[in-house]
Amino acid sequence: MSEEPALKDQIRQMIEEHARLAVPIGTLDDDADLFLAGMTSHASVNVMLALEDCFEIEFPESMLRKSTFQSVAAIDAALSELQSVSA
Amino acid sequence: MTIDDLSVGVDLVDISEVAKSVKRFGDKYLRRVYTEHEIACCQGPPDVAAGSLAARFAAKEATLKVLRPDGARPDWRSIEVVRLPNGSCKLRLRGAAARLAVERGLGPFALSMTHEAGLAAAVVVSGSASDYDGEPIMEGPEP
Repeated sequence: MSEEPALKDQIRQMIEEHARLAVPIGTLDDDADLFLAGMTSHASVNVMLALEDCFEIEFPESMLRKSTFQSVAAIDAALSELQSVSA
Repeated sequence: MTIDDLSVGVDLVDISEVAKSVKRFGDKYLRRVYTEHEIACCQGPPDVAAGSLAARFAAKEATLKVLRPDGARPDWRSIEVVRLPNGSCKLRLRGAAARLAVERGLGPFALSMTHEAGLAAAVVVSGSASDYDGEPIMEGPEP
């Protein structure tokens, strides 16, 4: 029986596909700054949309801040907050 | 007005990345970032449309650099590039972006955009609202 990948693994996959980082996401720890690693503002939009598609959520305007998408840990916290609200 | 009353923001966007976003996310991408007017102004062959969209995204980001939000950033659609009948473009702020401009004492906003060789760029300059007596540029409800 297959298991759902861990939330942070899914986040890392979205980042790998859409963030256009200068280095592989696998070389960064959860708290590493994705913008310092090369993610542009426009790429962060793609990450946001990919996360919304994957988790069937929508980031409200109050969460549209740079810090929300700054790291794997930050995204994980934001998704957990959104999922707890919708649960 | 002195140099201290001026604020400037600039941004550069890879047009191919915008084209990929349109292809990957389609209407969801367009409706989340751009207003109806902006979408209507950016029709045409995919490469041409992507260049126009990328210039507008650069304009929104350049404006955010002028507005310098401390917390949540205004919705992208609250910063609109309006194309005038003569073909020139100006900025129109609404909702959270307009409120932020008022709080910061900013306005009016001057905009210049360009796209060439795969890149789109925009520069936004703002003066001090207290020195401005032209037509209001911040108007309308939340996007």
